[in-house]
Amino acid sequence: MSDNLIEFNNISKFFGSVIALKDVTMHIKRGQIMCLLGDNGAGKSTLIKTLSGVHKPDEGEIIVEGKKTIFDSPRDALDMGIATVYQDLALVSLMSVTRNFFMGREPTKGFGPFKTFDINRANAIASERMGQIGIDVRDPSQAVGTMSGGERQCLAISRAIYFGAKVLILDEPTSALGVHQASVVLKYIVKAAASGLGVILITHNVHHAYPVGNSFTILNRGKSMGTFDKKNLSREKLLGMMAGGEELDKLEVELKEIDRIAKN
Amino acid sequence: MSTKSKSIQNKSKDERLRKVSKLKVLLNRPELGALGGSILVFIFFGIIAGDTGMFSAYGTINFLEVSANLGIIAVAAALLMIGGEFDLSVGSMIGFAGICIAIPAIYWGWPLWMSILFAFSMAVLVGYANGILVVRTGLPSFIVTLAMLFILRGATLAITRLITGRTQVPGLRVLVEDDPIAWIFSADAFQFIFTWLGSLGLIELRQDGTPLATGIPASVIWWIAMTIFATWLLMKTRYGNWIFASGGDKLGARNVGVPVGKVKISLFIGTAVAATIYACVQVLDAGSADTMRGFLKELEAIVAAVVGGCLLTGGYGSAIGAAFGALIFGTVSMGIYYTDVDTDWFKVFLGVMMLIAVIFNNYIRRRVTENK
Repeated sequence: MSDNLIEFNNISKFFGSVIALKDVTMHIKRGQIMCLLGDNGAGKSTLIKTLSGVHKPDEGEIIVEGKKTIFDSPRDALDMGIATVYQDLALVSLMSVTRNFFMGREPTKGFGPFKTFDINRANAIASERMGQIGIDVRDPSQAVGTMSGGERQCLAISRAIYFGAKVLILDEPTSALGVHQASVVLKYIVKAAASGLGVILITHNVHHAYPVGNSFTILNRGKSMGTFDKKNLSREKLLGMMAGGEELDKLEVELKEIDRIAKN
Repeated sequence: MSTKSKSIQNKSKDERLRKVSKLKVLLNRPELGALGGSILVFIFFGIIAGDTGMFSAYGTINFLEVSANLGIIAVAAALLMIGGEFDLSVGSMIGFAGICIAIPAIYWGWPLWMSILFAFSMAVLVGYANGILVVRTGLPSFIVTLAMLFILRGATLAITRLITGRTQVPGLRVLVEDDPIAWIFSADAFQFIFTWLGSLGLIELRQDGTPLATGIPASVIWWIAMTIFATWLLMKTRYGNWIFASGGDKLGARNVGVPVGKVKISLFIGTAVAATIYACVQVLDAGSADTMRGFLKELEAIVAAVVGGCLLTGGYGSAIGAAFGALIFGTVSMGIYYTDVDTDWFKVFLGVMMLIAVIFNNYIRRRVTENK
């Protein structure tokens, strides 16, 4: 048995005649942060949706902890411990921190028709969990709308971990955040991985990915350009491999040409 | 004291934590507007009409009954609105439920209790139809239930005229007296207290010595009971959390496993059932069903819910607020008769009150949700 938490072998996904993904392979170990990089339209969202059970792959296999698996729904993936935190975070800003934390999975007390939402226990757990990340929820009954973007991201991740995630799929967790907020979230992701989770971090920001990732998979036009270990990869090389790298080189040449013509 | 407990203590006294007064906390509650409004209304009428008999036992029961009738449907409408949907068919459902009770009881010879159960099963069906249409088609509930408003009202009129040749079905009063369940909707509660107060001469009496106000009407009991039940549901149960989540962000809620569709369907059933409770109270009290009963009540219920702090966009509001919204409505609509003001002005007041409430709610929402 391999020590891979989850394996995606030769995954392909077609939408009609469009090849959205072709032969993508990724292996994630415990404690590993795998960064999935790619330009817009590279197939990142399709891959995430395939990993999280929204789409079924047309080819290839998904192996969770050594067992071949087919996800019929996002619920299936969730039950196997694969939790996805989407960009919209699935948080309701009008509801309190606690009510969001336990949304859909509220702890109850009592029995039968008198079963009630155990709000005190829920408040205590939510405060404690957020405290562990270093976010002092001053009042767990405050609305999520009053929290900063980074705090919300951490809340969504913390919720996924609390409810038994083994593999966390994070969709652009830092894209809408400022420098400080982003570093808070990245720190939290590293901590989560250190506690034994596997993390798939989707981003197009190399500067956020490089410091935290252990390995990097680059997607381009639906195909994987390979998975690279951090020790064999410099930041510059990674930047260059992103679809943008080549393009930017070309752009530079073209700009020089324009400059030359203008001078003549 | 160990250093550890000291540091915990220091932490709990976070320098960023401003001391928030109890008043501030109260200011952020959705029902605040309706509560304040109710107090203002009572002060106003206390000054203007304090000596006219409006606040005598009889007068009080009168405006409470009007408030209660509306409150019964407003509380259910508020839950649905927090769940992110409207039900414009409530008023028509009242008329429809009325004839569902009256026609079987009078024309088909069913026992009254069976007709009442029949009306409630029809309500569940109508609510389910509304809910499943909204959930399955993804159309705005405004449109779907607007269609149901016309369908139900039209069907009520057509069926009644087909079977009875008229638009009213009288003759229920005699059936109420020895029916095993009709009292739930028609009896006055706590009659002994009123008789006792009457015998002490504290409340007005009729010529025959019985008190003018005989007891607390069943509708008032229903109103209070439903408000307590709805508040318990919202604040203390998982289902309550799902209502807020479904209305706040239905996609997000669905992604974390909230059965959004089921929640919404059950809330539509709730409003139709509340409309039927309203119909039972009215029909059994008046002894007759009228096809036009409940006309425009759906809009009054929405006014009460909005005045009670519900956001039109869903995800926020309170059942207690809606109950107070109904109280304001009932108090003003009855109180205006005790003043010199022409009753035509009531609707103007209603509109202005709703505008103020919406602006106020919007402000509260921003306070609650905006980033620091």
